[in-house]
Amino acid sequence: MRHATRLAIGPAAFRIGSDWRAPIAALDDLYRDYPKPEVPDFNVHLFAARPWRKFLRPAVHIGGDYTIPDAAPLPLAQGLLAAEMGMNLQMALAQRRFLLLHASAVERGGRAVLMTGISGAGKSTLAALLMARGWRLMGDEFVLIDPATGLAHGFPRLISLKNQAIAVVRAALPDARFGPLLPGTPKGDIRHLVPDARAIAAMAAPAEPALLLFPRFGFDAAERPVPPSEAFVRLTQASTNYVHLAERGFDALTRLVRTVPARAIDYPDTESGIALVEALA
Amino acid sequence: MTPGWRLAHVLRAPSLAMDFTAREWTELFAVARAEQMAGTLAHRLNGLALPAAVQRLVDDAIASAGQVRLAALWEAEMARRALAPLGMPVVLLKGTAFAAAGLSPSVGRNIGDLDILVPRDRIGEAEAALLAAGWEWVKPDPYDDAYYRRWMHELPPLIHRERDRMIDVHHTILPLTARITPDAEALLAASEPLGNGLSILSRPDRLLHAAAHLLADGDLAGGMRNLWDIHCMFASGASSGLTERARRHGLIREMARAARLSHALYGTEVPPEWQGLGVIDRLYLRRLTARDGWGRQTRKLTRLGFYARSHWLRMPPLMLARHLWTKYRKGYRPVG
Repeated sequence: MRHATRLAIGPAAFRIGSDWRAPIAALDDLYRDYPKPEVPDFNVHLFAARPWRKFLRPAVHIGGDYTIPDAAPLPLAQGLLAAEMGMNLQMALAQRRFLLLHASAVERGGRAVLMTGISGAGKSTLAALLMARGWRLMGDEFVLIDPATGLAHGFPRLISLKNQAIAVVRAALPDARFGPLLPGTPKGDIRHLVPDARAIAAMAAPAEPALLLFPRFGFDAAERPVPPSEAFVRLTQASTNYVHLAERGFDALTRLVRTVPARAIDYPDTESGIALVEALA
Repeated sequence: MTPGWRLAHVLRAPSLAMDFTAREWTELFAVARAEQMAGTLAHRLNGLALPAAVQRLVDDAIASAGQVRLAALWEAEMARRALAPLGMPVVLLKGTAFAAAGLSPSVGRNIGDLDILVPRDRIGEAEAALLAAGWEWVKPDPYDDAYYRRWMHELPPLIHRERDRMIDVHHTILPLTARITPDAEALLAASEPLGNGLSILSRPDRLLHAAAHLLADGDLAGGMRNLWDIHCMFASGASSGLTERARRHGLIREMARAARLSHALYGTEVPPEWQGLGVIDRLYLRRLTARDGWGRQTRKLTRLGFYARSHWLRMPPLMLARHLWTKYRKGYRPVG
């Protein structure tokens, strides 16, 4: 492909190729402090379906080693988002070394707090704000559980902030590096936040899972314990490769829900959300 | 050397990769994944002194292929249980057959759908039993459904509603409309029982099915893997009685070409009369190795030619015209 770059996020390494320069330039800028792997685990392709669509109403198709048919393309202005989606797609479809949980995670003192929930539950926002308060960010999208050790490995890609969360996090982290504002994406406005230097420096360090949280945004503050059975079922739904890992996946997940306490928390605003997490952790 | 050829050379002689640059390793795995051969490649490389990042890829691909194999065998067992009460012969084909019998092509091989062969006059019973056991039709279009039932060598594909796995139930190995008509009864009669109620094709028939599948059906997409199956079968000494059997099924030309291509691409030891390469053979090799360093398909014209040929092989011209017209009106366009 005409333009290409390489980068490693936690234990996963990528080569990203593109028919256009802009998405690669954006990656090179925002991921400048990340390691550049020699041989990647996955390849991502950002390509035009027809040669003339490189120039004429350019639409970025997302492909790679592993693809889903009929994925909708994005406009070139959202090329950075396409690259991020391409990397997520490789992880979701083909990561087999770790049990992949759709969750954000932060760590303090070697203990990891895992937060999972549907889109809009506030996983990314809580993770970014906890990072602002001195937690080590492990990731805002995926947590990787090693079936051999039970440890959580981080995947601290760019934090994807959506809609109102953008202003909230900018206020909390005025000196942080942000990507360009991407208005009108399929998920609304998106702006990427570069994880802080500590998160990048420690991205290869795993942590012991200490707390599982199921946050919900927009409800009165509340908290209840989640029994292992319920946590198990919710996490099978939050995992893209649970079925593929078969027995290894079952063992890793049952071990996780048996050994780590789980809580469901509702929060009306980010301040009380942060307070709830820090009180429990 | 193009990335497609480089994969073929490494599969043939893995130590060639020992002085690869990081870029060559990267491209090797990209092409292998695109050709569904990452597990095969990984098994070939394993045991050599590999760079750490490459060893990681190898370990992951081997583990992944092991899981694929397990799931495929489980799927075969599920079909066996559904069909056992009918007491009809059920022959595993392709990947699942190799895995179930522990044959050499199965090492690291990816296995997609479950392919089985049953007697044509009992295929309705097989279908009913599978539907009762949780498989469902996936071709909602009545034309597509009729197309399979009238003209194809298999039922419309069925998917199991809980396990999301596809089964192709064949009654022969080439479409009924194709010019070549293999002897399906002979395939069943010569099949070898595995001891659990399932069978696999006989040694020569396995090779001939692979050759027919590669060269008399389809557009050679994924052909490097199908040819690797053929290479492995030749290497395990499957060629005795092959010529007579090929003649019986009308597959002598396909058999000879498969042998020539396998010899050229993978260095397979084949009888001397199958070692030269014609002009047309070179076109096949061009199509088989059409991948760039990202694993993307190249040589669009060559591929288009083989795509057109696949339809030509499949049915007589008038029937083809009618079929393409019907599909066109339904909004179907070939993917480039």
